[in-house]
Amino acid sequence: MRVAVVPIMLVLLALASAPLQADARSDAKKQVEFGISVAQRGLWREAIYRWERAAQIDPSYAPAHNNLAIAYEHEGDLAKARAAYERALELEPGNALIKQNYELFREINDRTTSKSAQ
Amino acid sequence: MIARPVRALSSLVVVLLAAACTNSFEIPIETPIRPKLDVAAFQRVLVAGFIAGGTEDVDGNLETTRLLRSQLRTKSQLRVIDSDVLPLVDVASEGRDSGGVTTTPVAIKEEKDLEAYEHVFANVEYWKKIGEEYQQPLIVTGTVMFTPLQRNSIVQREQEVYDSFGRRRVVPVRTYMERKGFSLDGRFIFIDGRSGATLHSESFGEQILYNANQTTPALSSYFELMDRLIPTFLSTLSSQKIKGTRILLQ
Repeated sequence: MRVAVVPIMLVLLALASAPLQADARSDAKKQVEFGISVAQRGLWREAIYRWERAAQIDPSYAPAHNNLAIAYEHEGDLAKARAAYERALELEPGNALIKQNYELFREINDRTTSKSAQ
Repeated sequence: MIARPVRALSSLVVVLLAAACTNSFEIPIETPIRPKLDVAAFQRVLVAGFIAGGTEDVDGNLETTRLLRSQLRTKSQLRVIDSDVLPLVDVASEGRDSGGVTTTPVAIKEEKDLEAYEHVFANVEYWKKIGEEYQQPLIVTGTVMFTPLQRNSIVQREQEVYDSFGRRRVVPVRTYMERKGFSLDGRFIFIDGRSGATLHSESFGEQILYNANQTTPALSSYFELMDRLIPTFLSTLSSQKIKGTRILLQ
């Protein structure tokens, strides 16, 4: 009897956590959407706050990290931008749009940190 | 019986894909770039001159000095000092002479020819004296090599072709081509006019190639290459904003 209880408990736990994950993704999406709407109006600080919240709520949500990277770039915080792009690409390595953003970022970043500067 | 659900499913996939495509938004951004060098201590800048070599069609010393002065006048907070361009090759040769070794200036044709003159940048006393003369500005100097290039290689270009129905297509074609152009290499050196010490130095290198049958004047190639280097040069002294676009995702 005791042996049968353990798998059942595990299945129940898995079933219970699935809606939680879905809720987290849905909440993160709402924050991302709001962030986009304010960024489009030039309110980048508010957008950063929203996308940071989204990344906290659902750390595996790549668009939150991609958008954060763009906002950090706009604010001139290139170290944070790089970290956020790399996280987004870790989560979605095949996403061509994130790759494109990252390539454009690297072009600027490489220009500013010239390898031959002494 | 099975075909209908499969067709429905595939059209649903198409709709979902289309919806997924609309979940991205292009947005303009301006990336502020902080200057690499803190120039708060200086109010004036002296673009002193360059040790230049390569082709004789362009006076690299004169043209680079003129161009950098005009760029700094419009795009930096520093006051640009107007003065004669320093003949640094002669200065470097004189420096050698006083050290006991007699050298006469030789034509600088390759990068290795520059080595004989580069000691002038480390001559703290010389730069300190120049600094005193011009009220201790930030001094910009360095080396410029503008040399002709020739490359023969396979290049890919696009060619229009028409099939038997008269339909136009563009296909990539690989052809062997002779190409000519120029390379612009060197170093910008920033010197503290108060102490004569080097604050920062930055190497650069750019190339441009044209079809061999195209005749482009050396001076326009020089300006084209300098155009690519100017943002990097200016970003050393003053903050810049680089405009671009990125894709926000939902």
